[in-house]
Amino acid sequence: MNNQRRNVLKSGSGAALLSVLAAAGIITPGVALADWNKAAFDAKSMADTLKALGATAPADSKDVQLTAPDIAENGAVVPIGVASTLPNITMVAIMIEKNPSTLAASFTLPAGTEPNIQTRVKMGQTSNVFAVVKSDGKFFMTSKEVKVTMGGCGG
Amino acid sequence: MATNPMKIRAASKDGVTEVKVLISHDMETGQRKDAAGAVIPAWFITDLTAKHNDKVVLTSEFGTSISKNPFLAFRFKGGAKGDKIVVSWKDNKGETRTDEAAIA
Repeated sequence: MNNQRRNVLKSGSGAALLSVLAAAGIITPGVALADWNKAAFDAKSMADTLKALGATAPADSKDVQLTAPDIAENGAVVPIGVASTLPNITMVAIMIEKNPSTLAASFTLPAGTEPNIQTRVKMGQTSNVFAVVKSDGKFFMTSKEVKVTMGGCGG
Repeated sequence: MATNPMKIRAASKDGVTEVKVLISHDMETGQRKDAAGAVIPAWFITDLTAKHNDKVVLTSEFGTSISKNPFLAFRFKGGAKGDKIVVSWKDNKGETRTDEAAIA
């Protein structure tokens, strides 16, 4: 009896278990299957990162607002906010030009979610911070220089 | 490693719900070295999903540039008092955590 139960559990591993978990809402398929964009996060330069994101030649736009301090005393915690008035924004990305990995985060916004996101990032040194948004399939960006007096990478 | 719960605050005002999430995570970059000079391996959150009831309201991908104990704030249209907000994340070691809160 118990052996049978064990066998069932064994054979139930892998795909079956995943689907059970998914059904139970423990792992949502979206999270479990989300394909982390390794190429974009590994990219070392602005151009490579934009290419990996599929953002070709984003235009500078005043309709993208990047909120960041002029001077960050502590590079380990730099508050960054991105907001935009452009219509139908589906993607927002934050990039830090001189960090070892340029892309800090990318957000996918379903309809109904406002393009207004705040987070905190680490900055190794004084650098330009870029906010890139995708609106109606086109890419727009804005940038701001943040001076860092104490780096956040290396401690 | 046992992970600590996320702190999730969600408030609805004028038809817009603002969600603030504070996650407890080391977010090691893989650039730092310990006292013995050995590189501390990278350990960071890669994916985060937020849902309002069962509807996804935000998916995001994080890199190593996000600060230790990440903070995230975003807004979405809709949401009523008492609705459920569920946030889950996954890190590069495959660990996951899901927490939920009610809109205040």
